[in-house]
Amino acid sequence: MFDLTGKCALITGASGGIGGEIARALHAAGATVGLSGTREAPLQELAAELGERAHVLPCNLSDMDAVDALPKQAIEAMGAVDILVNNAGITRDNLFMRMSDEEWQSVLNVNLTASMKLCKGVMRGMMKSRWGRIVNISSIVGATGNPGQANYAAAKAGMIGMGKSLAYEVASRGITVNAVAPGFIATAMTDKLTDDQKEKINVQIPAARMGTPEEIAAAVLYLASPEAGYVTGATLHVNGGMAML
Amino acid sequence: MSDVAERVKKIVVEHLGVEEEKVVENASFIDDLGADSLDTVELVMAFEEEFGIEIPDDAAETIQTFGDATKFINEASA
Repeated sequence: MFDLTGKCALITGASGGIGGEIARALHAAGATVGLSGTREAPLQELAAELGERAHVLPCNLSDMDAVDALPKQAIEAMGAVDILVNNAGITRDNLFMRMSDEEWQSVLNVNLTASMKLCKGVMRGMMKSRWGRIVNISSIVGATGNPGQANYAAAKAGMIGMGKSLAYEVASRGITVNAVAPGFIATAMTDKLTDDQKEKINVQIPAARMGTPEEIAAAVLYLASPEAGYVTGATLHVNGGMAML
Repeated sequence: MSDVAERVKKIVVEHLGVEEEKVVENASFIDDLGADSLDTVELVMAFEEEFGIEIPDDAAETIQTFGDATKFINEASA
């Protein structure tokens, strides 16, 4: 089950905690992986760890020309992109009343517009091969909202609406478009929280703990697999029961 | 029939699974040949590859019939 031998996967934000784990999971299932991210050093480290079938594709997703070029670079490096995981994301938190246009726009650009451009860039190849998997990493916040994160929540909800629309259009071509919506996941981002903050978060989670990057990667692996061919337009919530949607 | 028309016809017949006789000058991909809107996108992609040309989106929208396609490609590759 969940064998990705011969498939090529492009993962954005692979230098981060969740993205790196997604890359490991898809690679372990036999996929060739294209590791994209802004910081090249962690990508090189991950590629060295994975060994064969790993390609480093640095890309700054706030540079729209670089975003347009990424699918072509990935296809050149790997021969195809059968699986796209839009995982990269940034936050620029601020109270709505204080949020600048720049804070709003930069989060929308990287989290939503770059995802749209990458979907577009890989779609031709997927349509031709009559097989494709797109997994957008959304967030619980896209469904529930979160104070201080109007921009991030809008972008993450936007990924779901965009993905569902695209899912309709390309379902007949063997291409699925789904989302994974993580809750609180223990990464470098949450390490910065104080114990007190963590405690306050944990009491809101029925599972009484944060999730792990591996638990997100497993959800992505399923949606990327041949076995998930009849699942499209879905959002898989992985949040320990924090929001049962 | 010109070489371009023959090649375009072959793509249309293969992609839409229609009989060759139905692919006439004024045959509309959607109204006469049973294509859906995504089929027309795929046809344009196939034309681009077959003829090594680029068909911009605004031009692609004007290609509604077999005749439109051959005319556009003849002009683009002239």
